[in-house]
Amino acid sequence: MSSTLFDKVWDSHVIRKIEGGPDVVFIDRHLIHEVTSPVAFLGLKSRGVKVLYPERTFATADHNTPTINQHLPVQDPLSANQLKALESNTAEYGISHWGLGHQKNGIVHVVGPEYGITQPGATIVCGDSHTSTHGAFGAIAFGIGTSEVEMVLASQCIMQPKPKKMRINVTGKLGKGVTPKDVALFIISQLTTSGATGYFVEYAGEVFENMTMEGRMTVCNLSIEMGARGGMIAPDETTINYVRGREFSPKGEAWEKAEAYYRTLKTDEGAVFDKEYTFDGSAIEPMITYGTNPGMGIGISNDIPDAEQVEGGVATYEKSLDYMGFHEGDHMIGKPVDYVFVGSCTNGRIEDFRAFASLVKGRHKADNVTAWLVPGSHIVESQIKEEGILDILTEAGFTLRQPGCSACLAMNDDKVPAGKYAVSTSNRNFEGRQGPGARTMLASPLVAAAAAVTGVVTDPRTLLTEEYA
Amino acid sequence: MAYDKFTVLRSTAVPLPIENIDTDQIIPARFLKATERVGFGDNLFRDWRYNSDNTPKQDFVLNNPTYSGKILVGGKNFGSGSSREHAAWAIYDYGFRCVVSSFFADIFKGNSLNIGVLPVQVSPEFLEKIFTAIHSDPRTELEVNLQEQTITLVPTGEKESFDINSYKKNNMLNGFDDIDYLLSLKPDIEAFAEAKEF
Repeated sequence: MSSTLFDKVWDSHVIRKIEGGPDVVFIDRHLIHEVTSPVAFLGLKSRGVKVLYPERTFATADHNTPTINQHLPVQDPLSANQLKALESNTAEYGISHWGLGHQKNGIVHVVGPEYGITQPGATIVCGDSHTSTHGAFGAIAFGIGTSEVEMVLASQCIMQPKPKKMRINVTGKLGKGVTPKDVALFIISQLTTSGATGYFVEYAGEVFENMTMEGRMTVCNLSIEMGARGGMIAPDETTINYVRGREFSPKGEAWEKAEAYYRTLKTDEGAVFDKEYTFDGSAIEPMITYGTNPGMGIGISNDIPDAEQVEGGVATYEKSLDYMGFHEGDHMIGKPVDYVFVGSCTNGRIEDFRAFASLVKGRHKADNVTAWLVPGSHIVESQIKEEGILDILTEAGFTLRQPGCSACLAMNDDKVPAGKYAVSTSNRNFEGRQGPGARTMLASPLVAAAAAVTGVVTDPRTLLTEEYA
Repeated sequence: MAYDKFTVLRSTAVPLPIENIDTDQIIPARFLKATERVGFGDNLFRDWRYNSDNTPKQDFVLNNPTYSGKILVGGKNFGSGSSREHAAWAIYDYGFRCVVSSFFADIFKGNSLNIGVLPVQVSPEFLEKIFTAIHSDPRTELEVNLQEQTITLVPTGEKESFDINSYKKNNMLNGFDDIDYLLSLKPDIEAFAEAKEF
């Protein structure tokens, strides 16, 4: 029988099916961080249970780490306490821990792939909704709650009903200045924030086939923003070339076998999805959000739609525009910008800094803008330096911070002040997400760069030189 | 963790007729720094509930003594966004045992079931009826019967059925959690891991 990529990976990990209930699914890799794990470890302690497979568990500190002076003690006592808890819990249970100051430290969804922990065909969970990122490799990866973190620590299994399957095809070629982030924001704007709830998504079509691994990670990362449990893309040469030779990737004979297996991971001809959408990639513009959820996005040259044109309650829509200080029919181009944030598990990879630098090169940061450029890991930070990107940024008046989640969710000191506008490459524009009262417009690194040098929302296509298509 | 059994809950309800209530609103990220599961109810809906000087916002429903009860009724797509279980903890800690909406985000629904808060999904029409009834009389009671899988508007007797998978239903009726079950599968799990090539 024809099966989908998702079926192949899921079904090969089911240990038991419960009648009328969830499947018991074996988890290959468990990623943990400081925010959603402490209570899970307390649970283990109170039950007197050990971690079943500490070697399948990987810990990194990211959510509330500072992005400057990481060599100094963490100032916020609550953050310091949480980081300390991760350190002592992982030590007690024999789990590898990439804490602050460790060369491998960084955002969990950036370092996992960089070190080859993320592999095609694997099941990967983490107490963080953007675990969907790892689906870019043809893995089943999704976010879980703390009770489930405890379950996976204790049993290496999760209990979940098998999600329904959706395929999203994006055909054609992307236009000048249109990036993977725009593709994702476009899809979410079409499906809404609940449009894929209950589904696991497979992304297919020419646009994804031509995308780099970094771009695929950005797209899969945002799957959760349309309600999907996760998104995935079938492994191909691009995937295999990325995974080969990384620290935790299989080596030698094991690699040969693994590679052969990776090549079997694709949806069979004739396999059926519960829902399928097809979009024309060439019609996608650089995107920007105007509201308070990631589904409230439009092509940057468009105006904010009227309440009648959007799905959902008018009261909710008006509340959202009121929070943003925007009105129906407003142009987005020319809106004021106070902060620009490049980083997070969505856009904190090297390709994002290359894109940002390609546009700011030879220009200068606008005086009214505070820019936070935060690499997702030390590897990204090194690449920025080695590739000469740092020189371009410095010349244009920007500085680089140290790796971490930073202003994406503002659990550290990087908070956008109340009422201020941020163009942010992160994943959420919810009320208060980047600090109480902060107003977030989600966009690509190119849109962020255009805002950073002009001081207002600007269509990056008007500033792009020919070589960055 | 094991939690209180859920059988029949009859209570007044607190209405929050806003769509897409995300978990950042339910519990903002800056309150996730605890290492124990205590006190999250104090910061439930923090930024909708308090001004920046920590005085209560008078127009927010949790600050309105007219509305109270163990049931929270929210708009469509309740609990979207972050996977933080702290959102469900905050709801539980504040005193709610049930959330009613016409649509729930997946992870929130799973988290709630895992800690003993029952998510009850009703039709958009029934949700509207509930909001109308509570707004015309805040003393309106709802009755949620888990065994029968029904929710009733007590004054009129109007009733709707809701779905829950039988495994989770059994857990909630008995106050069981998944870990005891998973630990009982340990030999199977170890055999699976042993045989696993990739």
